[in-house]
Amino acid sequence: MTAQAITSSAAIDAAKRRDEMIAFAVMALFLLVAPAIIYPFFLMQALCFALFACAFNLLIGYVGLLSFGHAMFLGLAGYVSAHMAKTGAVDIGPLHLHFGPVDPVLAIVCGVAASAVLGVITGALAIRRQGIYFAMITLALSQMIYFFCLQAPFTHGEDGIQGVPQGKAFGLIDLSHQTTMYYFVLAVFLAGFLMIHRIINSPFGDVLKSIRENEPRAISLGYKTDQYKLAAFVLSAALVGLAGATKSIVAQNASLTDVENAMSGQVILMTLVGGLGTFFGPVVGAFIIIAMQNYLAGFGQWVTVIQGAIFVACVLAFRRGIIGEIAHRLGLSL
Amino acid sequence: MSDECVLETEGLTKEFAGFTAVKDVSLRVRRGSIHALIGPNGAGKTTCFNLLTKFLEPTGGKITYKGRDITSMKPADVARLGLIRSFQISAVFPHLTALENVRVALQRDRGNSFDFWRSKKVLDVYNDRARALLDDVGLSEYADTVAVEMPYGRKRALEIATTLALDPEMMLLDEPMAGMGHEDIDKIAALIKRVSANRTILMVEHNLNVVANLSDRITVLTRGQVLAEGDYATVSKNPEVRQAYMGAGDA
Ligand SMILES: Nc1ncnc2c1ncn2[C@@H]1O[C@H](COP(=O)(O)OP(=O)(O)OP(=O)(O)O)[C@@H](O)[C@H]1O
Ligand SMILES: [Mg+2]
Repeated sequence: MTAQAITSSAAIDAAKRRDEMIAFAVMALFLLVAPAIIYPFFLMQALCFALFACAFNLLIGYVGLLSFGHAMFLGLAGYVSAHMAKTGAVDIGPLHLHFGPVDPVLAIVCGVAASAVLGVITGALAIRRQGIYFAMITLALSQMIYFFCLQAPFTHGEDGIQGVPQGKAFGLIDLSHQTTMYYFVLAVFLAGFLMIHRIINSPFGDVLKSIRENEPRAISLGYKTDQYKLAAFVLSAALVGLAGATKSIVAQNASLTDVENAMSGQVILMTLVGGLGTFFGPVVGAFIIIAMQNYLAGFGQWVTVIQGAIFVACVLAFRRGIIGEIAHRLGLSL
Repeated sequence: MSDECVLETEGLTKEFAGFTAVKDVSLRVRRGSIHALIGPNGAGKTTCFNLLTKFLEPTGGKITYKGRDITSMKPADVARLGLIRSFQISAVFPHLTALENVRVALQRDRGNSFDFWRSKKVLDVYNDRARALLDDVGLSEYADTVAVEMPYGRKRALEIATTLALDPEMMLLDEPMAGMGHEDIDKIAALIKRVSANRTILMVEHNLNVVANLSDRITVLTRGQVLAEGDYATVSKNPEVRQAYMGAGDA
């Protein structure tokens, strides 16, 4: 019995890993050749949003925390990295450091750090509350960050930061070359994606899942669940920051669009459409939503209506989302 | 059995918006005993458990565990002292397998495992122990079953296995047999008896046969207050208890 149980359990794990590896290989292969058939700028944008959605999904899908304010991490990191890449001036209180335009990689690192710090502060406030109250606190905090970004001098208010130089990654790789930039973004995306996969499949990830499943029980087993939730929140914020910071280098600008509440709504939509709590769902969801925005732009305001309709359809009929539904039908783990 | 008290409360009280659910309860649970907390529905038994494990903040009174004042501790810290509770409503991790359920508890052994960069393969070292625990409660063939798909009685058994995984010095079991069939009740009763060998158990249970067979000592609670205390023979003879509890039709 025991021997049999061991093999079956190992077999399940192996099958799961195999599904995921095949799906990952398909995705990576597609993304490697995609610029040959799809407009690279669209792909880069979509990849940034895909990472954004994956990082959001880490929280809602695996810890059960629904944030209504994740745009604050995307937007802030975007501003910080755009600012560092463009001027590299740090004027905080008595601190006046002028580095001049910094390496794009360093600019991105600064953006990630800013979002991580913001994640610590906002997370510490939000995780004290559960469910809808948690969501409301994140919403309120992101609203505050929006006003900060509107008012702070370095963000240039309504104008945003424009004309951000793409520069040379590590002083070597010329990112102003579009193909090079594409593979740089792809590398960032894949690294972020794999990191999320690892987080979920780590001992830490198992504790997160137990909190999602039954928090009082996890507490009764002696887990300080607030600390785990905070750690997950900060990891998610930092990874969203990675997406936002990279995005501002790609688009060469940072603007209020990325800090708006509407953006926090978009990422929920992407995740739901693709499949909440699936690895690949948020990627697919992000590509679909971004494609709709780009290719249906001719319909103007109707895009919003179409998105609304998709949202309702997903919640009512396809709760598992596209990838969730496929995985369920085929009995796969994706 | 020693007379030493492992868990003790003095004047434990809990008010909910003017309604007193637990009133001036002084409880003494002896080390190594099986102590039953019984009483009609709404008597305040679960509230007591919530207070003892700090899931609720007492309005008044003091809780001492192993000679230590735990009245103002956090629930996770109380658990870390070896005082582990179960829940009245089955508390498993529904979308984890039985093996994973138990492993979550075993993993506590690693301290605060925030190592998100490590593969969960490092948890495989706990698999043998997890399987042994599942065997113990008769769940060997469910190891790879997702908890949500297990029959109710099995879920309760899984919950006990998960609690036992922490090898707690003291277990608080809130109606561990509620909703189980006869056979399961006998199995779980035998299991509780067996695992009580080197630990203390405080349990809420409505099934008086189980209470009579298992418990060394019984505290009867009505309307948040202690009505009687003693062994089964003493308590069951008490006319007030007969009226308040057994008269309610449970006997
Ligand atoms: N969070 C709460 N807020 C308000 N009242 C509560 C709360 N929790 C419990 N109560 C009330 O306290 C009383 C005691 O409830 P408790 O759950 O402790 O009873 P119990 O003895 O466990 O009953 P049962 O045998 O039905 O499980 C009940 O009247 C209940 O309605
Ligand atoms: Mg109860």
